Amino acid sequence: MGAPRVLPRLDAENRFFWTGGADGKLRLMRCQECATFIHPPRPVCRKCLSEKVAPAEVAGTGTVDTFTINYQEWRPGLDVPYVIARVAIDGAPGVYLTTNIVGCPVEAVQIGDAVQVKFERQGEIYLPLFEKID
Amino acid sequence: MPANEAYITGVGQSEVGVKLTRLPLLLTLDAVREALSEAGLTIGQIDGVSTYPGRMAMMPGFSPVGADELIDALGIRATWHAGAMETSSQLGAVVAAAMAVRIGQARHVICFRTVYEAAALARPTEYPPLRRETVDGYSQWFAPFNAISAANWTAQYAMRHVKRFGLTREQLAQIALTDRANAVLNPRALVRKPLTMDEYLSARMISTPLCLYDCDRFTDASTVLIVSAGGAIGEVSCTPIRIAAMAGTVERHSWDQAEWMACYPTGTDLWKRTDYKPTDVDTAQLYDGFSFQALAWLEALGFCGVGEGGQFIEGGKRIALNGELPLNTFGGQIGAGRLHGFGFAHEAVVQLRGRGGARQIPGDPRVAVCASGGGPLATALLLARD
Ligand SMILES: [Zn+2]
Repeated sequence: MGAPRVLPRLDAENRFFWTGGADGKLRLMRCQECATFIHPPRPVCRKCLSEKVAPAEVAGTGTVDTFTINYQEWRPGLDVPYVIARVAIDGAPGVYLTTNIVGCPVEAVQIGDAVQVKFERQGEIYLPLFEKID
Repeated sequence: MPANEAYITGVGQSEVGVKLTRLPLLLTLDAVREALSEAGLTIGQIDGVSTYPGRMAMMPGFSPVGADELIDALGIRATWHAGAMETSSQLGAVVAAAMAVRIGQARHVICFRTVYEAAALARPTEYPPLRRETVDGYSQWFAPFNAISAANWTAQYAMRHVKRFGLTREQLAQIALTDRANAVLNPRALVRKPLTMDEYLSARMISTPLCLYDCDRFTDASTVLIVSAGGAIGEVSCTPIRIAAMAGTVERHSWDQAEWMACYPTGTDLWKRTDYKPTDVDTAQLYDGFSFQALAWLEALGFCGVGEGGQFIEGGKRIALNGELPLNTFGGQIGAGRLHGFGFAHEAVVQLRGRGGARQIPGDPRVAVCASGGGPLATALLLARD
């Protein structure tokens, strides 16, 4: 994309998520007591209120739950069109990531498509984008 | 009038336009004056102020006037006031006011929403836009992926309806077509030109399946609703409209972690708090910052089943001014302007009082539902003329 992406500001709660892609792994916060995944990451489990939570690796695959093809140039220089999707993350029931589906024509994306993470490095940040699995 | 009830009494609205030069505080004053005049109240009788989202210094056009500022500027002696974004949505300010008058914290509360986004965009030196290097909070989960606008977030819910329930563009178009047809009859509407199906179908896409005409646009205006206590209704000269039920339910306050938008549980809860049924409703005024949100509200409020919204509005007759459920009779936000939630409650009151002029719905409407918000934001009010 032409215009640079707006990047997240790293803090104690989100750093593992945004930098975890350095070794190619997608990580989500997970409760050590009841195994619930917690996203966005927070220092407490929304199911059992345990504070024993820690980042956990997931497979990095998922399914397109829904998507949209964006045509509007919201900022000068933004390359359009592009696909925004909500991906249901395999192995982490209830967790969705809003992301971009890359590496295929925008018309090729459908609900139900199997996808896998493909990190885009921006300095120390690794954005979890996704591409279709053939 | 039962003292423990809350009523909407005076309603008012400023000029509605784009790139207005009248100051936002004065637009607010215009709407206040009109509402006071209708209610037969003076500013000295106002003892409460409620707004959404409160003054936002970071986004000057989005909310240029706060409750604090209005109290000070108009010399109001407020025994209760509030202005906050962390509530169920725009009409959450009315819910708060209704609760305040019901428990005796105030007697007559000015609720207002003032927007100045078109003027601010046009005059960046006066209203400098926020420039951000990085994002935090909920924005971090969307902005890095250029999922920048609520259009993108709403579009994803709409796309699910397209794929799962077969929602067609021709069906969704009926929200915009109905809005624009009604706006022609509203002297204050922003866009007073009807929209044809051909124009809709050939419009450029913003974020599929939403096209240009599915989206509202920046507007400068102020809308005021006065919420009065049952015990103070004797001071009011207009027909009071009772707030018969209120709801604003959210489980996950998120645009992407929630399976459904918050309107669905909100709609269900609204009917648990009243003996009225959806079949009692004479007109619906439902948030349509993006057309799909109004369709979702129709489903959420039980006018049709989940997934049946497209069929419900197909052809447009049912939701037309003379249909069985007239929708957004003032033009909604797509036709009347982005009044940001308050326009729907304003119009519900106008219709229940029979003061809609050329756009007045037929018969003797007694019950109206109005709603604001999309995604994790949702407020529904059931209004009745007793
Ligand atoms: Zn737990």
